[in-house]
Amino acid sequence: MSMRKTVGATLLAVALGAVAVSAQSPSSKSPSLGRPISEADIQNWDIAVLPNGVGLPTGQGTPQEGATIYAQKCSSCHGVDGKGGVAPFYPALVGGAPLTSGIETTKTIANYYAYATTVFDYVRRAMPYNAPRSLTDHEVYALTAYILSLNKLIGENDTMDAQTLPKVKMPNRDNFIMPYPDRI
Amino acid sequence: MGTSNRRGRAPSPEAVAGNGLLNRRALLGQGIALAGAIGVGGATGAAAEPLKDESWSLAFGEITPALQAPSRFEKNVTRALSNPEGEFRNSHARTPHQLLNGTVTPNSLHFSINHCGIPDIDPAKHKLVIHGMVRQPLEFTLETLSRYPLVTRPHFVECAGNSAGMFSNEPIQTTAGLLHGLVSNSEWTGVPLSTLLDEAGIDPKAKWLVAEGGDAQHLDRSIPVKKAYDDALVAIYQNGERLMPGNGYPMRLLVPGYQGNMNVKFLHRLKAVDQPAYTYFETKNYSQILPGGKTWRFHFLMEVKSFITFPSFGQHLKEPGFYAISGVAYSGAGRIARVMVSADGGKSWGEAALQGPVHDKAFTRFVMPWRWDGGPAVLQSRAWDEAGNVQPLRAEFVAMRGETKKPVPSPLAFPNQHYNSITSWGISDKGEIAHVYA
Repeated sequence: MSMRKTVGATLLAVALGAVAVSAQSPSSKSPSLGRPISEADIQNWDIAVLPNGVGLPTGQGTPQEGATIYAQKCSSCHGVDGKGGVAPFYPALVGGAPLTSGIETTKTIANYYAYATTVFDYVRRAMPYNAPRSLTDHEVYALTAYILSLNKLIGENDTMDAQTLPKVKMPNRDNFIMPYPDRI
Repeated sequence: MGTSNRRGRAPSPEAVAGNGLLNRRALLGQGIALAGAIGVGGATGAAAEPLKDESWSLAFGEITPALQAPSRFEKNVTRALSNPEGEFRNSHARTPHQLLNGTVTPNSLHFSINHCGIPDIDPAKHKLVIHGMVRQPLEFTLETLSRYPLVTRPHFVECAGNSAGMFSNEPIQTTAGLLHGLVSNSEWTGVPLSTLLDEAGIDPKAKWLVAEGGDAQHLDRSIPVKKAYDDALVAIYQNGERLMPGNGYPMRLLVPGYQGNMNVKFLHRLKAVDQPAYTYFETKNYSQILPGGKTWRFHFLMEVKSFITFPSFGQHLKEPGFYAISGVAYSGAGRIARVMVSADGGKSWGEAALQGPVHDKAFTRFVMPWRWDGGPAVLQSRAWDEAGNVQPLRAEFVAMRGETKKPVPSPLAFPNQHYNSITSWGISDKGEIAHVYA
């Protein structure tokens, strides 16, 4: 839209001998080959959830609902009640040693994660490992509620939805240091 | 530096540090005295024999193939695998640095980590969208990106978990490739990300981009917009050819000098947002526990580092005499300014020659002439970057970052991340090489 104006200004500048060459100006350097697309058409891919809850879909789920889904779709890897143990590379979803146990302490949801939204986001984008993106948003809320409940981070009857999930207080949230804050 | 010793300890005018390190000018062949220094204790093999034609000189050879592969005598030059049986889990392949030279990692040997397998992406159907806090969401294809004015730059990519075995409280006896093989260096060609963000009209309030791949985990990381405008690329070529599938085909984000995992492969979406997403990978895997229990997150930077690739574990010095110690140095904070080498476990240091040109956030190979007297030696390298950062000594590093309580049984494990301290190779009087802490 401002292309014509910029080209005109560049031509004028060249004519006046004021600048070297026009080819390096930002607007003329960009071929503008991106095709416009609407947010509505991106919606199916737009699964990023922010810690403040932006990006969480409608829907809800409880730990009880999650337990049923977990038994069907998750326990074959993550073990009964999220205790792991099926194979060394499938992590337990419950428990975790204090981080003062050593630099090699296994990082878990309860001892490490800063935000509960991360659990929802990762389950929705990547789980089950053999069928990612196959869960409904309701199922993801229910599984998130179940995992948080197993870790005593929410109550057994608490419902998780777009309002309640961002409010879950994770124990390790304030224990992080940013080594290079000036790089943000 | 205080510990370097260019005069006092030197046994000959050409020595720059203890235990046989020679002035790097020897590599340029300057001066008779230098040549003499190299000559002392040189090759002692049997006398040469009369030459005769070998079989390959007496017969018609193979017809030239369409896609050439290394000589059958180089079959051992392969990546080390973490999941050779193809179990249903992540898989890593490490670059065999002890078998390579120069600074460019061949594409077939570039390290690769895939948390859920390598997707089989049809480049004609792959799309990259830029949306969120932008004036106009846009969609790009490999075809359209290929029409842009492309830039080409050499850069290393290093997994934050590279060298994790060095956190072991006892040195793991393994090769440079298994210890440090999760870093590689390529010439990347792509579109500056700033060009695409300008085209979409990014909102000044957007400080982060959630970059997401098209793999089965939809792997995503939060990238500072500041970095995007500094030197990030959407890379579509690697060493002159299209990206390898395991390195992000058909397009990947390149954020030079930042954690490998942030260089999102199979890039299909960039969402401009006002806060980081605290994705799984930045929350868990690529965040570090410090001694005492505090934790680092959004570490980003892969700090200045070097390691010797020759001589190193798995190799053998057959006889005393001249050797060119060689290795790679790199820093996520800029160009390598200096590499010092020690042959006596850090008691004295001499400055290595850098093979130019020295590029920003890229491998620089260093070379140090050495005359091995046949006695015990401990070889180390230590790098400085142009920003003044120095590779920490092991004692300094362990004091700051800690080490494991028990020996780590395998170099494939990740007890912690962001190890950038020095590596020591111990040479025995038999020429055998061990990994040691010194």
